Amino acid sequence: MARRRPRIAVYKFASCDGCQLSILDLEDELLSIGERFEIAYFMEATRAVVRGPYDIGLVEGSITTPHDAELIKEIRKNCRVLITIGACATAGGIQALRNWKGSAEFMKYVYASPEYIETLDKSTPISDHVQVDFELRGCPINKYQLLEVMAAYLAGRAPSIPNHSVCVECKLRGTACIMVSRGIPCLGPVTQAGCGAICPAYGRGCYGCYGPKESLNSKSLMRRFIEIGRSREDAVMLFRLFNAWAPGFREVEAEA
Amino acid sequence: MGAKEERAGTDHYFLDPQQFDELIAALRKLGYSVIGPVVRDGAILYDEIESASQLPVGLRDRQGPGYYRLEERGDKAFFGFVVGPHSWKKFLYPPRVKLLTVSRKGEVTAHNGGERKMAFIGVRGCELAAISVLDKVLLGGPYVDPVYSTKRKHVFIVAVNCTEPGENCFCLSIGTGPEAGPGYDISLTEVVGDGIHYFVARAGSSEGENLLERIGARKATGQEISEASVRMEKSHTLFRKSLDTVGLKELLYRNLESPVYTEVAERCLACANCTLVCPTCFCTTVEEVTDLSGEVAERWRRWDSCFNADFSYIHGGSIRSSRLSRYRQWLTHKLGTWIDQFGVLGCVGCGRCITWCPVGIDITEEAAKIRRREVEVSTA
Repeated sequence: MARRRPRIAVYKFASCDGCQLSILDLEDELLSIGERFEIAYFMEATRAVVRGPYDIGLVEGSITTPHDAELIKEIRKNCRVLITIGACATAGGIQALRNWKGSAEFMKYVYASPEYIETLDKSTPISDHVQVDFELRGCPINKYQLLEVMAAYLAGRAPSIPNHSVCVECKLRGTACIMVSRGIPCLGPVTQAGCGAICPAYGRGCYGCYGPKESLNSKSLMRRFIEIGRSREDAVMLFRLFNAWAPGFREVEAEA
Repeated sequence: MGAKEERAGTDHYFLDPQQFDELIAALRKLGYSVIGPVVRDGAILYDEIESASQLPVGLRDRQGPGYYRLEERGDKAFFGFVVGPHSWKKFLYPPRVKLLTVSRKGEVTAHNGGERKMAFIGVRGCELAAISVLDKVLLGGPYVDPVYSTKRKHVFIVAVNCTEPGENCFCLSIGTGPEAGPGYDISLTEVVGDGIHYFVARAGSSEGENLLERIGARKATGQEISEASVRMEKSHTLFRKSLDTVGLKELLYRNLESPVYTEVAERCLACANCTLVCPTCFCTTVEEVTDLSGEVAERWRRWDSCFNADFSYIHGGSIRSSRLSRYRQWLTHKLGTWIDQFGVLGCVGCGRCITWCPVGIDITEEAAKIRRREVEVSTA
């Protein structure tokens, strides 16, 4: 193949590295990824660095420091296509829980000398800072969805990443709705698909890892959680996880 | 087999539970995958079975809007429940199916989902009606669905008449139950009571009759037949829900701007559950899949829903962006435009959309509200 392989760079901001690990977890596909793409910058995998600019930047993590906020602008300039991966990068992540409280008090308890910590008041998604070309949701991302995004890039087509509810995935795999049949609160009806509806298949309510679905109705689902016996506080807390700061989940307290 | 030739057997046969089990064994011997109700995940689902012992023996389902629970009946009934979240469309019109494989060299292979002899055990009146609706949609007209027609070809249907309708059942008002209508190979009425447990069977096809003869079923006595009839007569008195179908289509067409839609959109989650549990909803989307090598592309079809934004995506955006417009699309199609399209209602009265709506929206209630509001407005 004479054509130059597209160069990929993988970046990390405030995050747990789980999404980057999902890339490395593509064990059966890594060789063919290597054939089709040049892995130019991926510190989680190798210290070898090929200098940019890059064709694709995959960004994990949220922006939480003034340094991050500057760095992401540089990265944006260096990448032709910028794709954010995971709930931190697309919604601010679990660390966005501090957005309701501010970080000063937490720092006091966690660090011996908090005066050395330079941090922003809020954890925010990448798209709050720079133009993002595609957001791949999930906590962590589904590695096969990432593969689909990469295959679509090579074929010059739009990736097929549905934005419908997790309920659709339960129905496709034949899982009986656990909220209806067992009264377990589940975020599936307001959450975007992508995981394959794993949790309901094992009797657990959806945790909303893939963030708000399109045209969601959190208010109605909140009312239902309360009807089936949750307190208002507990019901709000169900939305306060990895995508707590995502528009659609963020407002539930005020709405309810 | 499509529409079975109608030969509503005048003969009634008697089957005891042991013979019912032999019926399953005989179907398996004939090469059928036998599919029937089983308990899984706290619900009654449809899956492959090998014997009657795998049925939800002695269980009933309590249903309400957005509510479903299994309970002990206190007897040994094989079919003492109604319908769960699965429907037979899962087997006739699979959730995901590969339609095409295309290679870069230009080789194209079409797929039809694969042939398989299937015997459905415990098909209810509403479900038989739903299969007949799907027959009209997917086999009628000039464009026959190759997957559905392949799956439908070798289906043997053992229907069950409902002696106890569920809380959300309204087939009686639509005319699709509680007796199973034409289209079955064998129909059964289960009789359970003080020390008695048997089925009164009728054949609806020569295959059905042959099978009953093969397992040595004797003719039922007048007493046995009347026990079954009494139960069916009683069943008619137990319905709690109904859908008023008189002038329904016209009512919906006159009230496209009904305030009821604004209210229902406040509750509707646009999660698509109602359409996916519906035994007649047939909408799908098609996805093209390529791998990294770019040498092979596949075309897959999967269930879709008018409650998803992408479903109505055309150049420039989705034409039904609000939950209101999606609910209205679904309701008016199911109860209105469906009739213009296919000559029948799209609803068979099974109540699945009521039970499996996470917030319990009730199609019979919403239709009744639209009717009431029109009257109120016109008399105001």
